Amino acid sequence: MNTFRSLWATTWFRLLVGLAIGIVVLFVLAPAGLSDFRLSLLARFLCVAMVAVGIGLAWGQGGMLVMGQGVFFGLGAYLMAMHLKLADAGPGGVPDFMLLYGTGELPVWWEPLRSPAVTVILIVALPALVAGVLGYLIFRRAVRGAYFAILSQALVAAFAILLIGQQQTTGGTNGLNGFRGFFGYDLNDPANQRMLYFIAAAVLVGMVLIVWQLRRSRFGELLVAVRDQENRTRFLGYNPALVKTVAYVIAAVFAAIGGALFVPIVGIISPADVGVVPSIAFLAGVAIGGRATLLGPVLGSIAVSAAGSGLSETFPAAWTYFQGAVFILVVGFLPGGLAELVGRVRRLPARRRLRPDPTTASTTGITSGIDAPGPDTERIHA
Amino acid sequence: MEVIAAQLFAGASIGSVLLLAALGLSLTFGQMGVINMAHGEFMMAGAYTAFVLRGLIGDPNISLPLALVVGFGVGGLLGLILHRSLLSRMHNRPLDTLLVTWGVALVLQQLARDIFGAPNVDVPAPTWLAGPITVFGIGFPKARVFIIVLAVAAVVGISLVLTRTALGRRIRAVSQNRDLAEVSGISSPRTDDLTFFIGSGIAGLAGVALTLLGSVGPTLGQNYIVDAFLVVVVGGLGRVKGAVIAAFGLGVLQAFVELSLGASLAKVLVLLAVVAFLQIRPQGLVTIRTRSLA
Repeated sequence: MNTFRSLWATTWFRLLVGLAIGIVVLFVLAPAGLSDFRLSLLARFLCVAMVAVGIGLAWGQGGMLVMGQGVFFGLGAYLMAMHLKLADAGPGGVPDFMLLYGTGELPVWWEPLRSPAVTVILIVALPALVAGVLGYLIFRRAVRGAYFAILSQALVAAFAILLIGQQQTTGGTNGLNGFRGFFGYDLNDPANQRMLYFIAAAVLVGMVLIVWQLRRSRFGELLVAVRDQENRTRFLGYNPALVKTVAYVIAAVFAAIGGALFVPIVGIISPADVGVVPSIAFLAGVAIGGRATLLGPVLGSIAVSAAGSGLSETFPAAWTYFQGAVFILVVGFLPGGLAELVGRVRRLPARRRLRPDPTTASTTGITSGIDAPGPDTERIHA
Repeated sequence: MEVIAAQLFAGASIGSVLLLAALGLSLTFGQMGVINMAHGEFMMAGAYTAFVLRGLIGDPNISLPLALVVGFGVGGLLGLILHRSLLSRMHNRPLDTLLVTWGVALVLQQLARDIFGAPNVDVPAPTWLAGPITVFGIGFPKARVFIIVLAVAAVVGISLVLTRTALGRRIRAVSQNRDLAEVSGISSPRTDDLTFFIGSGIAGLAGVALTLLGSVGPTLGQNYIVDAFLVVVVGGLGRVKGAVIAAFGLGVLQAFVELSLGASLAKVLVLLAVVAFLQIRPQGLVTIRTRSLA
């Protein structure tokens, strides 16, 4: 029992237990206990949770408030949707909506997406390129904090407007929908929907593992250092812009993969899924779960999605009030999320034993976003 | 020539709306580093104030001037409550204020939906603002001219308050160096409250003005908030001069790009222009020179 307790005191062991429970729930309990409909719903939540994992890295660890992840979610989703539309149309065919609204001719930039391989590569490469170039340009000039948040939001606003405006080639407000197949598999077959669920679950677990390793690495330390004291990190000889860009790119790619899997699972992607409002909604789960923890964003995001799908249909007004209250109460009064609450409770007996818990101090991750003096200065030395 | 004049006017019109939306933001963002995402909802509150007053009074010729005053008060009061209850505790966490005020914005939108209903409502314009003014054979809609005049008046008013009054001196002192202002005997919480009242009041004013351009709905503010923030970012924190140049610059740019490429591409190009601009001047157009790194 004592060995267990000393093991339990280490962060990695607790994470391992958490991950193990998560894997059992995702791969054994949920598929066994849920109906096809519910499982498909859960698969959709998992796609949103992928965005949350990336936000956890960029915002929780890196201090970058990414308010425009809808851009990358949307890029991944639209690339996938365009490919599925083309695959449905067959070789040389044109997606149905283009015959309806457009000229009936395929735009040149759709053409490469006929190939499944090119599509998969683009789903990762295009968001990485956009995030890399934009991110580096922005971070290089030390545009940070609120300025960065506003720019990322403006980016997603422009993206949604562009999608709506180009109805002939993007489907406009209706978006893209009515997919029949997924890389040769029939999407109407429940067995294939279950397969998609397992793919989503596996990808999500993979992302969590990647972020876990990143957090333990030198890069993770640097990212936290940049978050808390960007200038000091620069004076030590590191390039904060590069560190932030890498984290931003990873978050973007995660969001894009989430979007790409969202499309075959949900069966529709429209500007309403990628605009300003859904982009901020991505943040809600991360904030609730605990932005600077590893599993908090995933759990929080799934919980918010589940609450949303339950409440928003029966009581849409109550759901909006609930969302508003979450932002006000959690971010305003419990910035570390529910993880902070758990941490506080756990520290109560620890304080009596006079054993400081080194893990909680470095994981609350509450910074002002600018190089603020105060408690943050002490944190990196702790 | 006529096309250029018409587009310049369209740009000035877009710019004046942007300016009205951004002026208050620039004030509160600049002074406290607090980002108020509910600013758009204060505009919405101002617009609904005009709607309610029109219903109570009946004659839009009288209700509009009255609404400008009452709308300012309603917006300001909402801002004051928001600042007192939530934001005053969060001055050192600007990014978190962004999300908290987003929550407030959601609640206010839903409140508007519950009180006034989800469909948009129309506020009829006063008869003295109907029709165009004709200059050199080109007609300019009176309502748009009125908004440009209102924006100019708001800028002049704010500048006078900031540069000529004791309150303005306190506001500038607190925004430039909060600690030094406090040791000089200025109550920074009180100054913050007043700044927030004025800044949010202008949002209410902007909302009343917007009723002249279109119908009023619960998401009215959402349409302006992103652009207004861009104006603040380009103009430089808390600089009235910067906000003016940025608002009209972006407005004219948007109007001319729209002419050749359409509205949706114009938005994207304006954003790219802003990112490119920040490469040259990351702190915005008008800055106070300091040796500080942040």
